[in-house]
Amino acid sequence: MGHVEILDAKTKDKLCFLDKVEPNATIGEIKSMFHKSHPQWYPARQSIRLDPKGKSLKDEDVLQYLPVGTTATFYFRDLGAQISWVTVFLTEYAGPLLIYLMFYFRVPFIYASKYDFTTSKHWVVHLACMCHSFHYVKRLLETLFVHRFSHGTMPLRNIFKNCTYYWGFAAWMAYYINHPLYTPPIYGEQQIRLALIVFLFCQIGNFSIHIALRNLRPPGSKTRKIPYPTKNPFTWIFLLVSCPNYTYELGSWLGFTLMTQCLPVAAFTLVGFIQMTVWAKGKHRSYLKEFRDYPTLRSPILPFIL
Amino acid sequence: MASGEEDGTVEEKETNNKKRTKGTIATAWLTFYNIAMTAGWLVLAVAMVRYYLQKGTHKGLYRNIAKTLKFFQTFALLEVGHCAIGIVRTSVIVTGVQVCSRIFMVWFVTNSIRQIQNEESVILFVVVWTITEITRYSFYTFNLLNHLPYFIKWARYNMFIVMYPLGVIGELLTIHASLPYVRRSGMYSLRLPNKYNVSFDYYYFLIIVMLSYIPLFPQLYFHMLRQRRRVLHGEIVVEKDE
Repeated sequence: MGHVEILDAKTKDKLCFLDKVEPNATIGEIKSMFHKSHPQWYPARQSIRLDPKGKSLKDEDVLQYLPVGTTATFYFRDLGAQISWVTVFLTEYAGPLLIYLMFYFRVPFIYASKYDFTTSKHWVVHLACMCHSFHYVKRLLETLFVHRFSHGTMPLRNIFKNCTYYWGFAAWMAYYINHPLYTPPIYGEQQIRLALIVFLFCQIGNFSIHIALRNLRPPGSKTRKIPYPTKNPFTWIFLLVSCPNYTYELGSWLGFTLMTQCLPVAAFTLVGFIQMTVWAKGKHRSYLKEFRDYPTLRSPILPFIL
Repeated sequence: MASGEEDGTVEEKETNNKKRTKGTIATAWLTFYNIAMTAGWLVLAVAMVRYYLQKGTHKGLYRNIAKTLKFFQTFALLEVGHCAIGIVRTSVIVTGVQVCSRIFMVWFVTNSIRQIQNEESVILFVVVWTITEITRYSFYTFNLLNHLPYFIKWARYNMFIVMYPLGVIGELLTIHASLPYVRRSGMYSLRLPNKYNVSFDYYYFLIIVMLSYIPLFPQLYFHMLRQRRRVLHGEIVVEKDE
């Protein structure tokens, strides 16, 4: 039986003393106990570490395997209000879906009143609406039924940042694509057909990767394994790339840019690409750190290039 | 094994030497840069005073100093580079925002909208900038030479309290004055329909720029106030952890 004392990482004040803690207790259980004495700090917003400036301990870590004595001293940092990943994803994806449709149906006060509730005469505009909506419906369904999240929560302020990004860009794109003065692609049907093929190919690819990643991890677990190509040809890209979900996502938006020939869409694609590259590089680096036998042929996001 | 260890320390000495040389080159360059900028803005100050004493009016003053102003203000872009490569320990973003707002005012407002060049607000912000920059660059110069007179340090960390708001007023009034001319001429704007399916209205863009002063100016101002407290009063300000 051990004791646990929890100190504030910044002020070093003693916040909590837990006596008679089982040696096989997990950090998660200790967080619940801490929560009882400080109800405003629910477990998701607790960062418990061995060192005030050190890394956060994981919920699964067991007390007796940590480098502590009979009385374990932990440092606590408040991560701030937290919100669940699922909530954030659902909100940030539902926005673009609905916002785009508002512009598509030319709801009043967006364009000149003579255009209220009219529809575009260009069939590519209808196609674009279907593709955009399909994309976000797919994302919503994946959030609900496919993804297995490593972390339960993220800081609350992220939802404002993320929604501004997704909703803002969706409105900006939708405004021009559905505008009465929209100019269809210069190369007409050829361009649109090619763009649609690219878009659909990448949507299927992206979905295949999400399924493959889900199957790597049994339900409720947080294990990490190296993803490998499966029988599905869309996953064979794992031979060359660590994060093919981002590769396919880039492809989808390139397709959509080509389909709509709209500069705001190109801008959204570019910004998304930059962000996904940052994420892919991080993921690639942690794969390399965690797995000695990680395939050397793989690049983070673009085969051989990036 | 012994020779291996020796190689190790030789390498270490080499890297340390390289670091020291890089440090001296950086210091030499920064000293030159800051002396040059102090001189440049002093020249501007003298030119403005001479013009006003000779002509007795501010009309035409901007046109008279425009080239020098554009040259030295644009040169300040290098400061973003200094932060980026690490020879100056300031945030790239803070420096970037400040330099960009200056470049924007000079090139995209006063330079391109001739009708407002004789406005009093232009003189206001140019004077404020000149005083601020002379103080700032001479502060950096003396700092690099390790002979900082207290009055320069005092000026750098106190004048901004008045100069910053005055400068902002000058800039905002100038942008505001330019609006009718921008609207009428449709400059820097792109209308629909076009093959990029995008539009840009410089008039509304300027209004957004004016509104952006509301969140941005307090942040920069309080950043300077915090610096001031730290430098002049040696207070330890606990930064909010991210």
